[in-house]
Amino acid sequence: MNMRIVKFGIPLVLFVALAAFLAVGLTRDPREVPSPFIGKPAPPFSIARLHEPGQQFSPEEMKGKVWLLNVWASWCVSCRVEHPLLVEMAKRNDVPIVGLDYKDERDKGLEWLNRMGNPYALSAFDVDGKVGIDYGVYGVPETFVIDKQGVIRYKQIGPITPEALEKTILPLVRKLNA
Amino acid sequence: MKRLLAALACATALNAFAQADEIAHPDPAVEKRLKDLSEELRCLVCQNETIAASQAPLALDLRNQIRSMIREGKSDDEIRAYLVDRYGDFVLYNPPLKANTLLLWLGPFALLIVGGVVVVRIARTRRAAQPATDVPPERQREINALLEQGERDGR
Repeated sequence: MNMRIVKFGIPLVLFVALAAFLAVGLTRDPREVPSPFIGKPAPPFSIARLHEPGQQFSPEEMKGKVWLLNVWASWCVSCRVEHPLLVEMAKRNDVPIVGLDYKDERDKGLEWLNRMGNPYALSAFDVDGKVGIDYGVYGVPETFVIDKQGVIRYKQIGPITPEALEKTILPLVRKLNA
Repeated sequence: MKRLLAALACATALNAFAQADEIAHPDPAVEKRLKDLSEELRCLVCQNETIAASQAPLALDLRNQIRSMIREGKSDDEIRAYLVDRYGDFVLYNPPLKANTLLLWLGPFALLIVGGVVVVRIARTRRAAQPATDVPPERQREINALLEQGERDGR
């Protein structure tokens, strides 16, 4: 009897444990790498704006506000998925959104916003992707929630889904504004 | 007009040449270090490739970034730290031994030990057990007789 427990019980337990690990692994997105930026100050930069090439934008200007930094590009396909949600957010005045037009051409970026609607308080124009590197961007679109002190509190990799917006981003914004 | 065009073409060609300089006249020492370094770094866009091997635009940007950091005289550790600050330990194919990577580093050895113990135990029980082809003594005598007879007949 004892021997039978050992012979069948141990492999069964091992199998169940392995299956559980694999099952959890299947539900996780390998592209979502834990960001080292959470809780750290947003890296400073100063680059030209998309609409006003003569004017600079720097995250310093947003101090005292809770805001979103949304990385987008006219060439980015998943940005199209996310964009209507951003436009809606802008209409509701949920939270100021600053765009970072990443490795794009100015004309194409402007045209894209004309066509799709412009939800951004302003867009900064990161032509060579240097700011993107400083923010660890690797999968456009990405969105950073930045608090009043200029600290990054959350990073969304890939498009913002309605679920992520309602369950994570908006509650976090409300909490940071409180 | 023709002369102007020729001059323009020449200037454009020169400009292109100047831009391509980085690739056309690489400094072998810099390129060697770039290659060695980027071979141990993971490209985040196509996660199973190194930054050295990947054709993703981000990998190209990062190679350029690393190249210019090497030219600025930054050490390998400084460059690695620069990338880890931005992309986390995930960017390293050779991750550091820390509390949250302990399982990753020690897990295989733990499995090896568990496997070794299991193998040793199985081997011991097998040796201790009676052989499965145990023959009763009278059958054994019969077998021996037959074998002897066979040997005699064979000669």
